Amino acid sequence: MSKGNDSRKHQNTANMKVVEGSYAVAHAVMCCRPDVISAYPITPQTHIVENLSQMVADGELDSEFLTVDSEFSALSVLIGASACGARSYSSTTSQGLALMYEVLYNVSGMRLPIVMNVANRALGAPLNIWNDQQDSIGARDVGWLQIYVEDVQEAVDATLQAYKIAEDAEIRTPIMVCMDGFILTHVYEPVELLDKELAKEFLPAFKPADILDPAHPKTFGAFADPSTYTEFRYQQFEAQQKALEKIELVAREFEETFGRNYGGLIDSYHAEDAEIVLLTMGSVIGTIKDAIDAMRSEGKRVGLIKVRSYRPFPILALRKALKDASVIAVIEKDVSIGNEAGLVTDLKAAFYNSSIRIPIIGFTAGLGGRDITIKDIRKIVEKAEAARKGIKSEFEFLNLREEIL
Amino acid sequence: MEIKAGSLVDPCSTRKTLTGAWRTFVPVVDQEKCIKCSLCEIYCPEGCIHQEEGLFVPDLDYCKGCSVCAHECPRMAITMVLEEK
Repeated sequence: MSKGNDSRKHQNTANMKVVEGSYAVAHAVMCCRPDVISAYPITPQTHIVENLSQMVADGELDSEFLTVDSEFSALSVLIGASACGARSYSSTTSQGLALMYEVLYNVSGMRLPIVMNVANRALGAPLNIWNDQQDSIGARDVGWLQIYVEDVQEAVDATLQAYKIAEDAEIRTPIMVCMDGFILTHVYEPVELLDKELAKEFLPAFKPADILDPAHPKTFGAFADPSTYTEFRYQQFEAQQKALEKIELVAREFEETFGRNYGGLIDSYHAEDAEIVLLTMGSVIGTIKDAIDAMRSEGKRVGLIKVRSYRPFPILALRKALKDASVIAVIEKDVSIGNEAGLVTDLKAAFYNSSIRIPIIGFTAGLGGRDITIKDIRKIVEKAEAARKGIKSEFEFLNLREEIL
Repeated sequence: MEIKAGSLVDPCSTRKTLTGAWRTFVPVVDQEKCIKCSLCEIYCPEGCIHQEEGLFVPDLDYCKGCSVCAHECPRMAITMVLEEK
């Protein structure tokens, strides 16, 4: 975990290239050598799969690229491919992820280690193509692991890490690598692209113990009546618990090979001595770090905890990292209509049966692409400061435009 | 029986995976009334009624308790009885 100086990145500037986020991710996918790619284009994911399609057409990437009629088909195709022992990849967002919903459960239930980049986007209605994280937070219970990245470099690195985690014999669980749509998919940023040979060493070939093979017939995802269904769910639950350790381990192994580390389950920025701790996921972290720098220079003890792994939810790591805070403010780009929002509810649940009694307030912000500014972060910090003396509002929509209601 | 992650099974798994667990009513055959017409065996959608030593007997490892046999029996020799497990 970083101490707050951002030295963790160790990007080698000599190897850096200024590329679009989507290209950087597509390049990372190429370095993972997927056997089968299937996807349906949808904004803002389109550039990722367009780039992959180009790489296949140019002979740079030896993959079967299957064009399909829908996201439902895209992921269904990968069930067959992955069960046959093919390393499989897809990417989607928003309505596309929603259309995959049924298939998401089949993939995780059959324990197929598919990796998918989710270019986070709002869901309609009302129609909106901009960024928030409602799509993947809404799919938090489907049995996939979920990693949220902060910038393009982390999206690249997390994609390679994802296959190593997912394909581990003890884990065998699909992963969504979630990156904010447009903010990360369409930004041009200096990135150190992965070295193909190093990636090959880091991620060996996918060799599952059981595959679909006509010579040795098997059924994946067979019928389970009430006498065994619970145990299959328990096995998935147990695999996610094991993933808590595996995610940390793979982050360390990645650092040994590539020199970059983003934390495993969580990361922190000036959190060690912070009184006011902000907790969030995704690209807003860049803005928050700038806001923290400014407030630190004014003597305010503000810090950040970034949740990198949302599923499995890192309960123990969060308790450890947050136990000395005076107040916690959760900022997230989703809302659980009818009950606050995903991250704040999960955090409160993580603390309830512990000795930690810190005021926690939650903010839903940045919905449908509304910018979250440094001014907004300052406003949240002010509200958090006030909450130390007593919570007035446990959960609110940040910058709600009451004048148009 | 040990389960395998991903609900992964080898062929012929239903020989081991018994599917009678969801039954609520169990067919009880009154062999005195039975005229051996074999309609129950013919109509059973699970194909799990067989003649054993001349008598028609439902295989309760697979019988779902649907009562088709009781409905089709011309002599009303089959009664569906609530099964408490």
